[in-house]
Amino acid sequence: MEESYTTAIRLHGVTKQFDGASAPAVDALDLEVPAGSIVALIGPSGCGKTTTLRMINRLIEPTSGRIEINGVDALEQPAVELRRDIGYVIQQVGLFPHRTIAQNIATVPRTLGWDNDRIRERTAGLVELVGLDHAMLDRYPDELSGGQQQRVGVARALAADPPVLLMDEPFGAVDPIVRGSLQNELMDLQQQVHKTIVLVTHDIDEALKLADRIALMNVGGVLEQFASPDELLRDPANEFVERFVGEDRVMKRLQLATVADLPFHQGPVVAASATPVEAREVMRASGSAWVGLTDRGAFLGWVHGPDVHDDGPLTDAPRSLPAAQVGRDSTLRRAMEIIMTSRTSVAVVDDGGRFGGVITLEQIRAGLDQGPEVIAA
Amino acid sequence: MIPVLAQSAQPFFRWSYLIDEWDQIQAALLQHLQLTVLSVAAGLVLSAMLAATALRYRWTTTPITSFTGILYTLPSVALFALLAPVFGTQAVATAVIPLTMFTLLILVTNIIAGFQSVPGPVKDAANGMGLTPTARVLTVELPLASPLILAGIRIATVSTIGLVTVAGIIGQGGLGRLIFDGLNRRFDTPTIIGAVFSILLALLMDALLLAASRAATPWTRRARA
Repeated sequence: MEESYTTAIRLHGVTKQFDGASAPAVDALDLEVPAGSIVALIGPSGCGKTTTLRMINRLIEPTSGRIEINGVDALEQPAVELRRDIGYVIQQVGLFPHRTIAQNIATVPRTLGWDNDRIRERTAGLVELVGLDHAMLDRYPDELSGGQQQRVGVARALAADPPVLLMDEPFGAVDPIVRGSLQNELMDLQQQVHKTIVLVTHDIDEALKLADRIALMNVGGVLEQFASPDELLRDPANEFVERFVGEDRVMKRLQLATVADLPFHQGPVVAASATPVEAREVMRASGSAWVGLTDRGAFLGWVHGPDVHDDGPLTDAPRSLPAAQVGRDSTLRRAMEIIMTSRTSVAVVDDGGRFGGVITLEQIRAGLDQGPEVIAA
Repeated sequence: MIPVLAQSAQPFFRWSYLIDEWDQIQAALLQHLQLTVLSVAAGLVLSAMLAATALRYRWTTTPITSFTGILYTLPSVALFALLAPVFGTQAVATAVIPLTMFTLLILVTNIIAGFQSVPGPVKDAANGMGLTPTARVLTVELPLASPLILAGIRIATVSTIGLVTVAGIIGQGGLGRLIFDGLNRRFDTPTIIGAVFSILLALLMDALLLAASRAATPWTRRARA
């Protein structure tokens, strides 16, 4: 029973053979979804990712195999009861057009027989959680934009606080800008609710961004690789995975990792009150043509070596300021962009308003260098 | 040639008839309404069963809609005439059976179209949230099908009001009886009363049913600004 705390959903040898189809849609699939994590099912069309998702809440009945949800055999209990414990979000949202937003969100709680006060309280809380205005509650779905409807879809799925959430291309029908913000909202939401989420997508970038683990499936419901986003990019199991994740794997890894993941250091930096001799020593030791000046935690700018003169304080020398700085939560891709456009070839880290250190290309390379083949690629 | 226009010694419309024969007019109006409501109600029950069968067993859809289509093509006068010797001219069944048969095409078609208009994702979401099939049909699909079903009821009601007058040839038919009575007696006043009242009745019922269906489907009138 101890395992049930760590593995929320366990698929064992799950197979779906549709009537009249020559090959199974899903073939003896084993998959374990850790509790409180987001697992993305991804692959080309015909890979059985949606079929797999729909077998978890038994909208499609498996031909054979076992599905366990929080230690309970999903195939043993009545399907309608199973589904009330599993949130379900689909691409077209599927809100009930004849019900108001409040009534839509209350669907499962009402089915479960909650009293009106509890439903009202819960609905109000959910609307806030997904970032909608209370004025929306009395509207009909057709009065809302696509992005708002999808937020309601998520609120409705979370209404009875189910431990598991199934999402089938949840952001596939909205424009890229809305999609980006809905993805960010989902990640923020997940920080608060810690659901076990299985998400079907055809967008590798969405999977890399949202998922803790990615199940990459191939036509016929074959699992090609089940790994963390970074592992998938760093160490693709085979040529299919390599082709699916794309040629720019290094850039994608840089997009996933943040500055905080790197052991960035102080760099060739001295206090503004330091002597020119000290400044030149720092530059020589680090092999840098530039020296940075700091004053009580603030970064003042870079001074070029030849501008450092013995006959005055360092602050007399002309300084060039970095065009932009990175924060601890900036992606390494952003850091690299800044390095590329910087005259000094380093990115300055702004650590909550204070000088946090610098990042160089060498450090980024070293950070990526946990799988040597990536650098070779 | 019968010189119909020649014998116009009497006035075109005799107003006193309205007052003198008001009881008879009222009775005709009431019978008209009864025959209409009875026929549409019976048609609705039958259509619901036929449509349910068609929606459940796909292969029955074509036979069912073809069958109701054939019923609709039958001449109404011929049907009243055929049933009169069977049930008797004064039996309600003689009027109601053909009238019911004529409602089936529009009602079955609209009920089927109504349920087919329910978006697939809405049904998928309903199933995914653990609604039982009965709850899904009654609380999600039926309300969403209702605009088309109510439109069908409206058309069926209005066209039945028109057809009831035809039943006047067998001595029933509410206001139709006034029309035929007047025609037979070459007396225009009851004919005009029957015609005008049946037209007014049709317009009134249409307006009432439209108002009722709009009140029942508030979500259809609000859309994104």
